[in-house]
Amino acid sequence: MSEKEIKSLEEIFEAKIARDEKIEPKDWMPEKYRQTHIRQISQHAHSEIVGMLPEGNWITRAPSLKRKVALLAKIQDEAGHGLYLYSACETLGISRDELYEQLHSGKAKYSSIFNYPTLTWADMGAVGWLVDGAAIINQVPLCATSYGPYARAMVRVCKEESFHQRQGFQIMMTLAEGTPEQKEMAQDALNRWWFPALMMLGPTDDASVHTAQSMKWKLKRKTNDELRQQFVDQTVPQAEMIGLTIPDPNLKWNPETKHYEFSELDWEEFWQVVKGHGPCNKMRLDARRNAWNNGEWVRNAAMAYAEKQENREVKQAI
Amino acid sequence: MNNNLIQYIYGIADNSLILGQRLGELCGHGPSLETDIALTNISLDLFGQVRSYYQYAAKIQGNDTTEDTIAFLRKEREYKNVLLVEQPNADFAYSITRQFLFDMFHIELLNELQNSKDETLAAIAKKSIKEVSYHVRFSSDWMRRLGDGTEESNQRVQTAVNDLWVFTDELFHQTDADKAMVSEGIGVDVTQLKQSYYHKVSAILEEATIEVPKIEYFQKGGKQGIHSEYMGYILNEMQYMQRTYPNMNW
Amino acid sequence: MKNWPLWEVFIRSKNGLEHRHCGSLHASDATMALENARDVYTRRMEGVSIWVVPSSQITASNPELNGETFEPAMDKAYRHPTFYELPDELKHM
Repeated sequence: MSEKEIKSLEEIFEAKIARDEKIEPKDWMPEKYRQTHIRQISQHAHSEIVGMLPEGNWITRAPSLKRKVALLAKIQDEAGHGLYLYSACETLGISRDELYEQLHSGKAKYSSIFNYPTLTWADMGAVGWLVDGAAIINQVPLCATSYGPYARAMVRVCKEESFHQRQGFQIMMTLAEGTPEQKEMAQDALNRWWFPALMMLGPTDDASVHTAQSMKWKLKRKTNDELRQQFVDQTVPQAEMIGLTIPDPNLKWNPETKHYEFSELDWEEFWQVVKGHGPCNKMRLDARRNAWNNGEWVRNAAMAYAEKQENREVKQAI
Repeated sequence: MNNNLIQYIYGIADNSLILGQRLGELCGHGPSLETDIALTNISLDLFGQVRSYYQYAAKIQGNDTTEDTIAFLRKEREYKNVLLVEQPNADFAYSITRQFLFDMFHIELLNELQNSKDETLAAIAKKSIKEVSYHVRFSSDWMRRLGDGTEESNQRVQTAVNDLWVFTDELFHQTDADKAMVSEGIGVDVTQLKQSYYHKVSAILEEATIEVPKIEYFQKGGKQGIHSEYMGYILNEMQYMQRTYPNMNW
Repeated sequence: MKNWPLWEVFIRSKNGLEHRHCGSLHASDATMALENARDVYTRRMEGVSIWVVPSSQITASNPELNGETFEPAMDKAYRHPTFYELPDELKHM
């Protein structure tokens, strides 16, 4: 194709997205669109499956049977969501194994929040309430993103996730209403998770490299700072409702802007965690690599069996 | 209060509790995402069954007993699960073999239990049969895949079968509570299930090109509350919250 | 070693409705694909029947040929009932 032809294809393509038409896997798309989507969708998928680990840490120790099944079901959903997203990503011509390879080699990123440790049961509440809460804010607009398979996966994810945040908040609420010890546990979890949750919504707009292009392709509808503000505005009253204190001395309501003001975040910490220096980066990646490597003989066995079965069927047919 | 009935319920439900707990350890660590999801489903089914049984046992006991005091506050000797289900997830072959050896028993048990004179137990059994039938399908399919897969997988499953076989006989032992319940038409006479169990298990092992171990001396004890060394650690983790923070709501 | 192939999953949500494509997954064989589909895609009672098809077995039309493939149908209004204008008094037609 000549440069001119590509240019005209790109114009048609961009116009299609501007009209809110969806792009489907076999449609022509600019290489940059494909690459950006592979990056974002796979990061999203990786975040789901790495995100299983901090919560998985508490399955065997959940304090009641009811909490145990809810937690298990939630983590299982995350595996499902990872799977939907990997599938969406595979329609762009990259295999799940290649995507895993990128994760395991450290080339691909996942949400930095999962590199923080879950130290008490209240962390299950904080993760559900804050981390899932922040995730939902990010995800809901993606249901209308331009790439069809991604948008469809997100519709499914958002529908299923609706119980996750409620599950987390209810854990926090129960603790906040419980004994002083329990309330302290809840407050401690909020103290540890608040700022990482805010950072989870991504770097400030001036430091975010992908925003403009992503807006055009509807991979993003609002900027990171707008999303963060939305998250703070909706979460602060929830904390107040259950009598917990947001660990930010500078938090205050601005009646003019009708938004909360809050402290500058520690972006140095954020970038260090992204670069691999968070408290659990190594542990999380090791767990994923081990699961994959230890599973290799299992996956091989299943393939070998399938091939034997097929050969047997062919022989019988002859 | 019918203490034999309570002990009988524990004898059934504790198996699902401990096996569910073991499967829960695997969540997030499976050999493929799809398999991870499937194993978690089985774990969820088992915990669901546990809750029904314990809620019933709690109702019989009255006072402040709940499903959670039963699950989390008994002492090790008071758990009546078989040794098989407490065996660790040494590798995927162990986890699948343990599942398979238990599922094949579980389905036979439930098939009989649905005819129990105790309507609650019969109802729980009826509901559980659908779930456990699927477990049987899942674990026996995997036994075939691993057994008749590669040389490595065959060897691993053969090792797991050899190691876990010694725990199968206990499935058919009867406690005094079991005997009492059988005579009242509530409990299942597990001794009657033994022949069919070994017959069916051996048939699938044969399909999986796995040799049936020739073992004459078996391990036992779980049903009497005398467990393996693993059990203390399982409970330690499982009861951690309830023991560290007694008498709280979660 | 070869990786588990990709399968497309179709679910009938209730009798009377058609199977609809709902996503894909990996499995080593058809039996496993069905089992995985059940565990992955029907956790919330989404279905009463499942089809799985190896993704490699699907032949798709080429979107670059969409013009010649689909547009010729656009000007064939006579295939639609509204093409035939009839008196309002006429009932049941």
